[in-house]
Amino acid sequence: MSEPKRVGLFVTCLVDLFRPSVGFAAVRLLEAAGCEVTVPSVQTCCGQPAYNSGDSADTRDIARGVVRAFRDFDYVVAPSGSCAGMIVKHYPELFRDDPAMAAEAEELAGRTHELVSFLTDVCGVTSVPGKYDGTVTYHDSCSGLRELKVKQQPRALLATVDGLDLRELPGAETCCGFGGTFCVKYADVSVEIVGRKSADIRASGADALLAGDMGCLLNMAGRLKREGSDIEVRHVAEVLAGMLNQPAIGDGQS
Amino acid sequence: MQPTSHAFKQNAKRAMVDTPLQESLRRLETGFTAARQAAADGLPEFEDLRDEARGIKNHVLEHLDLYLERFESRVTEKGGQVHWCETPRDARNAILEICRKVGARTVTKGKSMVAEEIALNPFLEENGIEPVETDLGEYIIQLADEPPSHIIGPAVHKTKDQVSDLFHEHHQKYGKTERIEEPEALVAEAREILRQKYFDADVGITGANFLIAETGSTVIVTNEGNGDLTQMLPRIHIVVASLEKIVPTLEDVSTILRVLARSATGQEMSVYTTFSTGPKRPEDLDGPDEFHVVLLDNGRSEMLGTELQELLRCIRCGACMNHCPVYHAVGGHTYGWVYPGPIGAALDPHLIGLEEARHLPNASTFCGRCEEVCPMRIPLPKIMRHWREQAFEHHVSPSPERFAIRLWAAIAKRPMLYHLGTRIAMAVLGRLGRRRGRFASLPLAGGWTGGRDLPAPEGRTFQAMWAARGGRTGR
Ligand code: SF4
Repeated sequence: MSEPKRVGLFVTCLVDLFRPSVGFAAVRLLEAAGCEVTVPSVQTCCGQPAYNSGDSADTRDIARGVVRAFRDFDYVVAPSGSCAGMIVKHYPELFRDDPAMAAEAEELAGRTHELVSFLTDVCGVTSVPGKYDGTVTYHDSCSGLRELKVKQQPRALLATVDGLDLRELPGAETCCGFGGTFCVKYADVSVEIVGRKSADIRASGADALLAGDMGCLLNMAGRLKREGSDIEVRHVAEVLAGMLNQPAIGDGQS
Repeated sequence: MQPTSHAFKQNAKRAMVDTPLQESLRRLETGFTAARQAAADGLPEFEDLRDEARGIKNHVLEHLDLYLERFESRVTEKGGQVHWCETPRDARNAILEICRKVGARTVTKGKSMVAEEIALNPFLEENGIEPVETDLGEYIIQLADEPPSHIIGPAVHKTKDQVSDLFHEHHQKYGKTERIEEPEALVAEAREILRQKYFDADVGITGANFLIAETGSTVIVTNEGNGDLTQMLPRIHIVVASLEKIVPTLEDVSTILRVLARSATGQEMSVYTTFSTGPKRPEDLDGPDEFHVVLLDNGRSEMLGTELQELLRCIRCGACMNHCPVYHAVGGHTYGWVYPGPIGAALDPHLIGLEEARHLPNASTFCGRCEEVCPMRIPLPKIMRHWREQAFEHHVSPSPERFAIRLWAAIAKRPMLYHLGTRIAMAVLGRLGRRRGRFASLPLAGGWTGGRDLPAPEGRTFQAMWAARGGRTGR
């Protein structure tokens, strides 16, 4: 076998804080794909809350920290299309007036990937450890879909999960209304949008909803649970890795 | 119109409980998105055409002065006249002066967003001139005394029932006492009433989708043919257009037309594409005696060479709002000014001021779908972000919001502090939420929990667990 790929896991603040299981699922998938995984302990957040609020000075400071923390890896992988998209598409833009930093940011962007597309497109993964007995549906989170073109990759891997039946979600490419700070700044509008999404999720007839971004998942789970739905909500990595011991997002310990 | 953009949140609240509006918005969402997709899929070179269209406009914007001058000399050669207007007031006055010269009492109007931008109708009314909208959608909202809610379908927010009621109320004076419901019958009734107005009008005012430098022509696209009647029957034709509508050649128009209707309504072409070049010539059977182009700047030339320049490529197709989840939820009136949706969120702060329009670029999830479908590939989210930066820098954003963001940033910049703070916070939240797995309400999280639960964290942070397991941390 060739040298293992040295992967720095950018775990993302939402996974770090809300759902460590996703981090462990990512590690399992990466290791199964022959990667050596490191989680630099100086990482915090990619800076999107500040960036999307127009606070670019703070964002640049945070981005510098990320660039520094992930210098020494062949690849940087995040279980989130939105945080990976931030690094890939927006970091270089942030430093357009600072050529030295811009070059570093470009270089980092070139080796940064969203988890599932990294597994398929870079590692050539065609089978995964997970097994799942049931019907799931999948929501395409906006940044992953539009900034990184993550669309077929999760579907391809889900198709290899034993026992899993994937049913397409009507309006899968429509935003769930999370939008980072949008969901609290314009809470009423956000709730209206996620209400439509939850109607589509129910209409899919699936018993579980999967997606690749923690923010969207918290939003959709929060709405489904408020409506009393028993649809299980999980990060796609949990299912691919077969790590289903934790109660689903927003579900209690039963 | 008096902007109400500052009241975006209140406007949104009202809109979201307005049942007929919501019904209309659902129809718009499903109808327009499917139609555009089918049209795009049906044309293999669609993506290339978008690039080409972008290229044409980028080229024009680099040489705007040149093409505008060429346009003016062609218009003059053909016997028309161009009126350069820096401000909406200049444009209104130029139009009034033309109307006064012929003693106009009635003007017919084709659909024009620039006419809305300069608030032409109320101004004409104040000056004793009756403006009659001839586009069916514009006609409907004129009866309802409302601003347009969409740039290509001004009355998309109205249901058929509401239109029946409006016609029933306003058409009594023409002897139409029966309330009709069939769409065809409604259209026929409006047509019949408008027909006489076309003949009564002294002046016809239209907008323009394009101004062609090569020929001095102006172009409008419509689905009703009302534009033709508006500009052919009266003695005077006034075109009111903003200066970025210019394109070099007829060829360029045909390229952009191929993406315009497909992006807008999913049609291959609009039903009518009408070119006007100068007044009636001796050998012509019909046409106006005078041809005027009122060319509006209103801050557009200031956009050249700035982050906002790309907005001048906009061809007002409406695709960005047709695909916007926020627009679908709240409708066009919520944005509080002439241009709603993503294009409005990017453009309005420049036209009416960031103070007034502050919410617009903020009330976006940055889902990116507008940019994905914009035929002219305008980076709308990037421009909205530019406004957010301006608002943050100039302290236009509210202080509690600024405080929260700066606090999070301060923590995110200090990994030690981040680890310590988040470990404690997550331990507390994790314990509190363990049994139910979620919170129905939580202090300081009211925005989130108003309409959804907050899933509880597992309790320990990933990084703490990873370190405890002895995982590689790169130290
Ligand atoms: S911004 Fe783009 S999508 Fe929106 S109206 Fe203009 S051209 Fe159409």
